[in-house]
Amino acid sequence: MDMDPQALISLYRTMVTIRNFEEIGIYEMGQRRLSGSVHSSAGQEAVPTGICAHLTDSDSIASTHRGHGHCIAKGVDPKLMMAELFGRVTGTNKGKGGSMHIADMTKGMLGTNGVVAASVPLAVGAALTSSIKGTGQVSVAFFGDGGANQGVLHESMNLASVWKLPVLFVCENNQYAESTPVEYALSAENVADRGVGYNMPGVLVDGMDVFAVHEAAGAAVQRARSGQGPTLLECKTYRYYGHTVFDNPRSYRTEEEETYWRGRDPIQLFRTRTLEEGLLQASLLDSIDAEIEQLIRDAIKFADESPLPPEDDVYTDVYVEYPLDGLRRGASMTI
Amino acid sequence: MTTTIAPNTTRELRYREAINEAIIQEMERDPDVIIMGEEIAGGAGREHLGIVDAWGGAFKTTVGLIQKFGSQRVKDTPLSEAAFVGTAIGAASTGLRPIAELMFVDFVGVCMDQILNNAAKMRYMYGGQVKVPFTLLTRIGAGTGSAAQHSESFYSIFSHIPGIKGVVPCDPYTAKGLLISAIRDDDPVVFFEHKLLYPETGPVPEEPYAIPLGKARIVKPGADITLVGISKMTLVCLEAAEKLQEEGLNAEVVDLMSISPIDYDLVLDSVRRTHRLVVVDEDTPRCSVASDICAAVADEGFDYLDAPPKKVTAPHTPVPYSRPLEGVYIPNCDRVMGVVRELLTGG
Ligand SMILES: Cc1ncc(C[n+]2csc(CCOP(=O)(O)OP(=O)(O)O)c2C)c(N)n1
Ligand SMILES: [Mg+2]
Repeated sequence: MDMDPQALISLYRTMVTIRNFEEIGIYEMGQRRLSGSVHSSAGQEAVPTGICAHLTDSDSIASTHRGHGHCIAKGVDPKLMMAELFGRVTGTNKGKGGSMHIADMTKGMLGTNGVVAASVPLAVGAALTSSIKGTGQVSVAFFGDGGANQGVLHESMNLASVWKLPVLFVCENNQYAESTPVEYALSAENVADRGVGYNMPGVLVDGMDVFAVHEAAGAAVQRARSGQGPTLLECKTYRYYGHTVFDNPRSYRTEEEETYWRGRDPIQLFRTRTLEEGLLQASLLDSIDAEIEQLIRDAIKFADESPLPPEDDVYTDVYVEYPLDGLRRGASMTI
Repeated sequence: MTTTIAPNTTRELRYREAINEAIIQEMERDPDVIIMGEEIAGGAGREHLGIVDAWGGAFKTTVGLIQKFGSQRVKDTPLSEAAFVGTAIGAASTGLRPIAELMFVDFVGVCMDQILNNAAKMRYMYGGQVKVPFTLLTRIGAGTGSAAQHSESFYSIFSHIPGIKGVVPCDPYTAKGLLISAIRDDDPVVFFEHKLLYPETGPVPEEPYAIPLGKARIVKPGADITLVGISKMTLVCLEAAEKLQEEGLNAEVVDLMSISPIDYDLVLDSVRRTHRLVVVDEDTPRCSVASDICAAVADEGFDYLDAPPKKVTAPHTPVPYSRPLEGVYIPNCDRVMGVVRELLTGG
């Protein structure tokens, strides 16, 4: 392990923040009867954490419908995220987007996205901007095992490879697309196998092990930054809860399977390894746990106390410039 | 003359169940009818673990189909809309009568080329050599707090495409009858389910019946003003009509039912009697079904009108997430009442 304690602590903090955001935040959303279209990434924390540890604010990521973890790992403030989930004007998107559209351009977070795989070419576009402007930034496209079967992903991988763009294609294979098992929907054994078809490395990674993710991502980021083009990483992982809050996953997967994956919990694996190797103290990790839980509770308080958007915000940000009349005319709006 | 389209039965079904029953009855009737889409059964390929029909559709409209008809005819698909919608269209042109389900209409961009350039144009381009008996099930509607990419009422764009038909049922009875017609029809038909209507109940005859495509119906006769509703907005029109009744005003409510073909004749006939028109549409207002109907009435029914034709629609914006903004976005009874009062009092 050639990571200094600060770097280790940072990985741990990120994973614990994601876990708490998902478990406490989504529960509190339910209590307030906010939108049910929320997707928890609990169980998958190691992937965005290990990948984004190599990125700076000027590198970009493009995310999915299950994107809270990506946002947190990329440095988006959980307070602003929570306010967005609660539909508040103080949210990252002023309450316009919610869970499936969280974006923070100051952090290079190009948005969670509600259309599966639709965000992938946005990351390729960010890589194009970097390559044309010569700024050395890399970008990451996150997608799921379901998204792996969308045409736009394949076109994007081909294009990025042809143009040797500095982008990582990161598949979070959590074994299911809604209730559809990956072994039913995927023609290859692994998503990573498809790298060959686009002349890029296709790397299989243990997505429950943040160190494995960190190492594989390091090599891919290095390759991208040095102008050698894209890499496909497939991280095998698992979502602990249903597809959304409405879904009972036991209707399509077994208790044994859930127990197996929970036995490889990324946060526990981290603790076991760092404690066994004497790299960190349990008391330190425990104090981080408590601190982060408080951080999430503060985020909820901030969201609760924030104002809702004024009604005429419905008309803002449709365009950079457009006559208001063009948005209202003929619709018989009351505001 | 206006057609009376109304059920004579006391059996109640939910909107969701009426859709399910229509699919089942047509699959029983015609072995060429197959259905495919994401999660229409769910847990695909896990029969060996005793898992079958884990979801029965994202909104439970296809529940029970796989047990009845098997995985040959009830196909869960990979997450690949361009491929499976295009495949359904190809199968439709070669002897099957497929139904494909697009989970939300917002995702149509992914497979629009197959609909716009193949399904819609093949028959014409090929000089009438093929039929494309293809049904696309999809869903519309805001009000679930699901934001811009899961809330569109994107049907106007389909009525703009020559070669595509479309229906927008507002209750269980029309959902079943229109779906049966859509499946039996030899042209491509898009069937727009409104997400907020699934739990609604209403009378639905048990036997199969077809409600003709391209027909509107009068759901409440009246003499003072015509309110035309599209999909769930028909219910908003009925709510407004009830309130108006209390004020002594008698509104006629027309349920459009089809967005292509559009039953201009029924609307014109109604306006000829009431002299006033308001179209209520959850889709955005530019180049829309609502604006088309208003234009047709201004064009062909100008002499009938005592007031300008009006529409109540969503604004020309995407659907916002935050609940108060979403509330402003969706046309509601108050907005309809405001316009009606303006038209009837002239101010
Ligand atoms: C184009 C498109 N089709 C269908 C959906 C509905 N949908 C949302 S998430 C999802 C499954 C996605 O699976 P995967 O890519 O593996 O991501 P996961 O949910 O497992 O994180 C589906 C089918 C969608 N949002 N967009
Ligand atoms: Mg998945």
